[in-house]
Amino acid sequence: MNKVNITIDGIKLYVPENYTILEAAKEVNITIPTLCFLKDVNEVGCCRMCIVEVKGAKALQAACVHPVREGMEVYTHTPKVMEARKVNLELILSNHNSMCQTCTRSWMDCELQSLANKLSVENVRFEGEQKKQPLDIGVSIVRDPNKCILCRRCVSACKNIQTVGVIDAVNRGFDTKIAAPFDLALSDTPCVNCGQCINYCPVGALHEKSDIDKVWEAIYDPTKHVLVQTAPAVRVALGEDFEMPIGSPVTGKMVTALRMLGFDKVFDTDTGADLTIMEEGAELIDRIRGGGKLPLITSCSPGWIKFCEHNFPDMLDNLSSCKSPHQMFGAVLKTYYAQKEGIDPKDIVTVSIMPCTAKKFEAARPEMNVDGNPDVDVVLTTRELGKMIYDVGIDFPDLGDSDFDDPFGNASGAGVIFGTTGGVMEAALRTVADILNDSSADNFEYEEVRGLEGIKVATIEIADLKVRAAVAHGLGNARKLMEAIRAGEEFHFVEIMACPGGCINGGGQPLQLSDVRNWIDIREERAKGLYKEDRNTYIRKSHNNPSVKKLYKEFLGMAGGKKSHELLHTHYHKRSNYDD
Amino acid sequence: MTDKCTGCAESQEKARKLQEIIEGYKDTRGALIQVLHEAQELYGYLPLEVQREIAKQMDIPLAEVYGVVSFYTQFSINPKGEYKINVCMGTACYVKGANEILDKFRTRLSIDVGECTDDRKFSLDACRCIGACGLAPVVTINDEVYGKLQPDDVDDILDKYEAK
Repeated sequence: MNKVNITIDGIKLYVPENYTILEAAKEVNITIPTLCFLKDVNEVGCCRMCIVEVKGAKALQAACVHPVREGMEVYTHTPKVMEARKVNLELILSNHNSMCQTCTRSWMDCELQSLANKLSVENVRFEGEQKKQPLDIGVSIVRDPNKCILCRRCVSACKNIQTVGVIDAVNRGFDTKIAAPFDLALSDTPCVNCGQCINYCPVGALHEKSDIDKVWEAIYDPTKHVLVQTAPAVRVALGEDFEMPIGSPVTGKMVTALRMLGFDKVFDTDTGADLTIMEEGAELIDRIRGGGKLPLITSCSPGWIKFCEHNFPDMLDNLSSCKSPHQMFGAVLKTYYAQKEGIDPKDIVTVSIMPCTAKKFEAARPEMNVDGNPDVDVVLTTRELGKMIYDVGIDFPDLGDSDFDDPFGNASGAGVIFGTTGGVMEAALRTVADILNDSSADNFEYEEVRGLEGIKVATIEIADLKVRAAVAHGLGNARKLMEAIRAGEEFHFVEIMACPGGCINGGGQPLQLSDVRNWIDIREERAKGLYKEDRNTYIRKSHNNPSVKKLYKEFLGMAGGKKSHELLHTHYHKRSNYDD
Repeated sequence: MTDKCTGCAESQEKARKLQEIIEGYKDTRGALIQVLHEAQELYGYLPLEVQREIAKQMDIPLAEVYGVVSFYTQFSINPKGEYKINVCMGTACYVKGANEILDKFRTRLSIDVGECTDDRKFSLDACRCIGACGLAPVVTINDEVYGKLQPDDVDDILDKYEAK
């Protein structure tokens, strides 16, 4: 890469020619403020917060998109720059609904608020019109257009990263807003509830539909036995809500906190993940051996499932019929556990803590129940759990560690890595390899399916089989892979997760500001946390999980058997796109 | 294509023409606006069903198509009436009380700007300067021009069209 000489605020530097001014400034420890900019997601230069003076240029330039060139002289904090930034910010604030006290974003860092602090905006000199637009409240996602600053990050995440594209800028001038076509509610569009829009929103215009009240109500209802389960990706992100480093594993503290909140039992969704592997592994072997529909495609990610129902209805038979881990586990809790403990399933409330907003939609799907009892009653996101802990004043970082409750105890390391792209594939391969080889392999870390490449393809030799595997994360990548499969590319087993990076970067995870996301890949940090947990686990293969073995022995019979199919499997159906 | 006359010959004919329009621009980049113009000429407006078809065939998200349609005042998502009323809101007309004229049309027809009466007889729009400032405030109904209007004139004009 060729390099160029530039100066920023009098500091000379020599940087690659494909750098923007923003990136070059970071090299000399200057963070130019940004608002609409999000690396690789939204690079449009529309908010004008990052403007700088470039010698010789007529107007101020947007540092986030302006490339460096030889001999360029940049000034980042002249009075002209500082005043222009302030005026632009005041104009944004002038018609922003600034009821910060009651804003969902107030307990987390709001990027607009921190920018106002950073630019020392003490009063807003302009009075803009305050519009009162109705909220769009769905099962998973709430959009509050009154908080929106029109940065378009959500639009880009939805359209370019996920290729879902159900929101865009509509109307013009002062009437511009971000909306679904024809002002439809998101629930009437092919929105898949992935919540990536929430992750990228700098303000409180997008958030999950809160179900915290339902949980408190259940906890304080003496007739209810309230069970909670936590997904793998939650344990490497929850700490971030309490200013702990990104990707810190906080499993033990999380269990302690859940007990302190008053849940009767605290279980690990990884047990459900181990169960999924038993069922999905059996399904894979069955389809390969029995000439069934291939490739088998994973079904753990509800955002992906809905995406498939809208966009690839001709390929629904490829999807594994397995329910997702928390749904499976919910069904087990309301049957096996209820029987064992002698509790009427109607008195059990199952709560899932998920890194995901789409899980709220999934849990509400009518087919997700046993005899009319929903498998999972309430889904909370990682953020909502963080909020509960924060609200009651538990000093999370100072908590001691606790273990998950019996009779399910701690699950396998294979269940833990479910939270990252490639994890479900690897967990399945660990089990399938042992079953087909009828032995216990010592080498079971499948590096070829790890990492953040958009689509990973590998051929894995197991016994006499060459298993062709593909892994995609982020729905844009999923779409590419599915189109290749539709066109005839052959695989045995395919893992798809809706969110880029997998559940660790799910739409329900703690928010990280663009200031962090632009410089650190948070997916990498959180994935590291999960692989570390896996390595620290004594049992690392799903089929070796003793509580799962016991569950099959005492209750389910065999993997893929009649009882399993009743409780742990589901079906899918074609969904329309705008009623077509 | 779902229309009021689903399956009827006219609707099928329009759907076929829409296909032709889109086909004509298959390999042209940035042809969305052109396609929308021609589709609007064909249908008179751009309802959800038409936009959905264009989005699908051109592989552009419907939200983006709608974004474009809602950005340009030339495009309409509502049907137009037999008589298309355009109230000029250019500067000269505006200072000469175009707003009051517009309000009078609104109340008399019980529709808002951009809408069409239930009998599809009248549609009401506010437009930019039509270059007849000497006649301000000015209104056009199809190809007829009405200048130097007072709000009270509106009743007479509409009576005339209703009698037609």
